[in-house]
Amino acid sequence: MKIRDLILKRITTLVLPFIQVYGFYVIFHGQISPGGSFAGGIIVALGFIAYATAFGTEEGRAVLPEKVTISAESYGTLWYALLGMVGIVKGVPFLANKLAGIDLGVPGTISSGGLIALLGIGVGIRVASTMVTLFFTMLEEEV
Amino acid sequence: MTMVDYGNIAMLFILIAASLTVYFIRNLLHAVIVYGVFSFIMAVIWLQMNSPDLAITEAAAGIATTVLMMLVIFRTSRREE
Amino acid sequence: MKLRNLLVVFIAISALYVMLGAVAELPPYGAPDNPTFNQLTERYIGKALEETGVLNMVTAIVLDYRAYDTMFETIVLFTAALAVMVALKLGEGMGDRK
Repeated sequence: MKIRDLILKRITTLVLPFIQVYGFYVIFHGQISPGGSFAGGIIVALGFIAYATAFGTEEGRAVLPEKVTISAESYGTLWYALLGMVGIVKGVPFLANKLAGIDLGVPGTISSGGLIALLGIGVGIRVASTMVTLFFTMLEEEV
Repeated sequence: MTMVDYGNIAMLFILIAASLTVYFIRNLLHAVIVYGVFSFIMAVIWLQMNSPDLAITEAAAGIATTVLMMLVIFRTSRREE
Repeated sequence: MKLRNLLVVFIAISALYVMLGAVAELPPYGAPDNPTFNQLTERYIGKALEETGVLNMVTAIVLDYRAYDTMFETIVLFTAALAVMVALKLGEGMGDRK
């Protein structure tokens, strides 16, 4: 192991938890603070990308197998559409939130906004898995 | 003209300089790094215009696209050992 | 050759003049009587908290008022990842099978 690799790996292991926690913070607090699911998902994906860049593709794939990213990608979209179906079941338009009679909660708390928090989690997972899939696909491709 | 206005004007000039550099620079890796500078300055400008949402998205997405572009360059260009 | 360069410079300067004139005619940034500040903006600013229960108005618009747009935005991302995988991964496998 070269000395440059050692520094890179140690710093990555130190910084990585903070990146991930910040990414999930941005996703979950999209209703009450700046940010939102798109930015948070990209930050979460950047954590995995940093790990895979420092430790090599095989290590990265061991942490996040292809099956996991592909199912996250597909079921994220399905999750969004299923949450939209709540409105249709209640007899109001697709993706309705207040019209569907959902309790909006106290503004300023994490549980506020009814469906918005759940939709945000779906979008965040989708964006993160798309970025990771693009990264691994481009890296593993043989020129 | 306040101090903040001068700062904004300076940042806009840095933006122009960075985009011209991305166009004229020969080394592709250096061009990607300068694109990272562009993205960072753009994020500061969004923050200056009272839109922190766009600033966070610009910082994160700019860095992500920079990493992907660097990856494509890494895969497609010939490396000197 | 010399004449062509002169022509290029002339065209560039006139285009720059037109664009700077257009920028000078734009309404001031953030002024309340801008044409973009219409009843839609008033509705969002006044009623977003009451109708969605969300403090961040951008999230309220993206995930509640315009949730349908966001859904297809995620589907666009899905399609992009799918296209990259089809172009880069399936090609290899087909090559092996030959």
